[in-house]
Amino acid sequence: MTEEKKKSLFDRIWDVFASVKLAIIIFALIAMTSVVGTVIEQQAEPEKNIQVLVKMFGVSHDTAHSILGVLDSLGFTNMYHSWWFLAFLLLFAANLIICSLERLPRIWKLVQEKIRPVPAPYLEKMSIKHAFAIPGKASGLKDTVAAALRSGGFKPAEAAEAAAVQLYAEKGNYSRLGVYITHLSILIILAGAIIGIFFGFNAFLNLPEGETTSVAYKDRGIEVPLGFEMRCDNFEVEFYPNSEMPKAYKSWLTVLKNGQEVMKKAIVVNDPLTYQGITFYQSSYGMVPNSAGRGVLILRAVSKEGKSEQLNLKFGTTFTIPGTTVTGTIRDFSPALSFDQGGNPFTYSDQMTNPAIYVEFADKGTRSFSGWILKRFPRTWDLPDGNRVEFLDYWGVQYTGMQVRKDPGVVIVYLGCIIMAVGLYMTFFMSHRRVWVSLTEEKGSVKVLIGASANRNRASLERKIEKMVSVISAGHKGGK
Amino acid sequence: MNSSVFFGLATIAYIFAMILYISYLAFRKSTVGIVATTLTIAGFVSQTFAILLRWAEFKEIGGMGWLRAVPLTNLYESLIFFVWCLILAYLIIEFKYRNRSFGAFITPVAALALAFIDISGMSKNIQPLVPALQSNWLLAHVMMSFISYALFAVSFSTGLMYLIVRSEERTEGSYIFWTVTLGIFVVVLAAMGLDYLTFKMAVKSQEEFIKGYLFRATFRNESAAISLVSVAVSAAFIFLVWRYGGILKKIISSFNISADTLDDLTYKSIAIGFPIFTLGGLIFGAIWADQAWGKYWTWDPKETWSLITWFFYAFYLHSRLMRGWKGRKVAAVAVLGFVAVIFTYLGVNLLLSGLHSYGSQ
Repeated sequence: MTEEKKKSLFDRIWDVFASVKLAIIIFALIAMTSVVGTVIEQQAEPEKNIQVLVKMFGVSHDTAHSILGVLDSLGFTNMYHSWWFLAFLLLFAANLIICSLERLPRIWKLVQEKIRPVPAPYLEKMSIKHAFAIPGKASGLKDTVAAALRSGGFKPAEAAEAAAVQLYAEKGNYSRLGVYITHLSILIILAGAIIGIFFGFNAFLNLPEGETTSVAYKDRGIEVPLGFEMRCDNFEVEFYPNSEMPKAYKSWLTVLKNGQEVMKKAIVVNDPLTYQGITFYQSSYGMVPNSAGRGVLILRAVSKEGKSEQLNLKFGTTFTIPGTTVTGTIRDFSPALSFDQGGNPFTYSDQMTNPAIYVEFADKGTRSFSGWILKRFPRTWDLPDGNRVEFLDYWGVQYTGMQVRKDPGVVIVYLGCIIMAVGLYMTFFMSHRRVWVSLTEEKGSVKVLIGASANRNRASLERKIEKMVSVISAGHKGGK
Repeated sequence: MNSSVFFGLATIAYIFAMILYISYLAFRKSTVGIVATTLTIAGFVSQTFAILLRWAEFKEIGGMGWLRAVPLTNLYESLIFFVWCLILAYLIIEFKYRNRSFGAFITPVAALALAFIDISGMSKNIQPLVPALQSNWLLAHVMMSFISYALFAVSFSTGLMYLIVRSEERTEGSYIFWTVTLGIFVVVLAAMGLDYLTFKMAVKSQEEFIKGYLFRATFRNESAAISLVSVAVSAAFIFLVWRYGGILKKIISSFNISADTLDDLTYKSIAIGFPIFTLGGLIFGAIWADQAWGKYWTWDPKETWSLITWFFYAFYLHSRLMRGWKGRKVAAVAVLGFVAVIFTYLGVNLLLSGLHSYGSQ
């Protein structure tokens, strides 16, 4: 008795999980809670979300504060990682698995079953049917029909009865599995995501120009060892000509193992570096705090006569233009120089969006002129006396911000994506098509009966069959 | 030669086609219908040419390959492409089903969208690509997303028409659903139009407009009286749609399109749109995100809303398999699915913040 009861309870739970209804409820649950998660900014400063609530519901700041407290304790401020959202995803997976297990054996059996000849009256009831008579013998017409079927992409089999021949064929038999392949792909993607959570990491790395590190940093500053060393050789923001629009953020990186250079690559957004399963993505950049002392100004001085020399200088030092008596002293630096309406210089950003140096020049020790030299504006490089000072870089003052990731699950996620594409294609763009042609000899003519069915996109099969009918009639006449 | 000239020509062609399609509905003169179709095709060709020209201009300015210079990088360009897909889908339906009646519904949407671009003063400048968008995935991801959006738009209108045709009584759930949906749709469009007319001068950017001025002319007006009147007028309008919805039903019934055809069209456009959206929108988006940001899924609002949209249409496809869900209930799901599409496309960029925010410029 108790055993039977237990079984029925299991059966009942199984039935619930095998139902499309549960699938629809889970779709709705995930969709609706996700909506909340996009309105409440996730893992954000509380004040931000309080403002959102105040704006949305017109409540006072204090009320919003307490609403947010409730939402926070329910996990809505980090909901995609909350236990209940993960539970929804697990339910979703369980539902998918059980639904598929419930239906797959039956479908599999159906798919395995080969198409068989059917009695003529059955053909009369098919959704697509054609009946007509052609003078001649069935044996002669058979080849014409087989050729027509073959040109339509079918491989016909043949069955002979007393006074009749039947040709039959099917196509896209396995397309009925498309739904299950799609379902399987979702499970594979979820499995890939879980592998990523357990065996991978997401970290961040702010690496100043010229520095080397062997660790990256996770949330709350937890160190992750890389297993090799990474050096940032240079970082640069490229701009579109005559515009403030950045064209590229570029970091020149070198991978070192036991002090040996093993890999060099310049990364930009959309083109990361991968070494030993760890990938470095260009993500942000900034100025190293209090970096004026460690930076090196890279200039190229070119004299009137064309003599040139590259100079690596510290801030405040004096240099000489080669082959002349002209000297320059770097007095000031601005990472983002602009001029106000009165022509007075000011710095508009603490990022290096328009770096400039102020240089005082002297000839044989007497001050001659001074001015700003801007890296992005070569016309400021020409000096009044015909010499030129090119501002190439201010190296060592910027850091590159990189996302550092190891995720062995990505390969599996990609595999799942490919399988999903295949499954969707089979489900929506292929169909299981069956066609039977029965030829019966009757008083010197052949009665042709065609029946066909498709589980999807019947109209296109209908057109195909119509074409076949005309080919059969025409082909027969031509053969005569 | 400038692409905007051809965009202008296309807009004019669609506006005239709209007038002709509507008069075709009224008078049933086949010459009128033929001229309407010809104009639509002319507009479509002109728009195609304009898009290609802009593509070439973009390539020139950005100094990059064809794949990366696809003109689909801001709201203006994406709206243009959406209209292009919509007209293409309509022309296919017109030729396949040999029925011009839909034209009276589709061409106004196209003309409205293009006119909306003009009156809103949306930036039409070609901007060079920011680093995040410099990827070969841009073309496949954005183009396929918009093709699926256009197909979903078709399913929205056929689903709504199905509901209109199939509802009999004013007290029926499906009748109330379609009248209220249509009523709200028109009210929101009208309110936004009023916002533009009232505050057009004051705004600099699209985003600022939506964030600062949405419904300021009506529901969110400083004067409580105006906002009350707005609510009252809207309610009255929705009531009128509900009261006189029968007229719309009569018009649509006169198209000689059976309810089954409408249901079939709704299903077909979703059955094609869903796999394209899954592959182009979600999968290609995830692969691109993986390359650009180092995470294939971050629950960023755009991603999440795409997933919500995906669940809506998965819901639609599965609910057809359930007993008692054929017909009006599934049509309502198709209609609501498109509301999710609109929010994924526009709402997320304009109202929520996240990594995809460049779309709003």
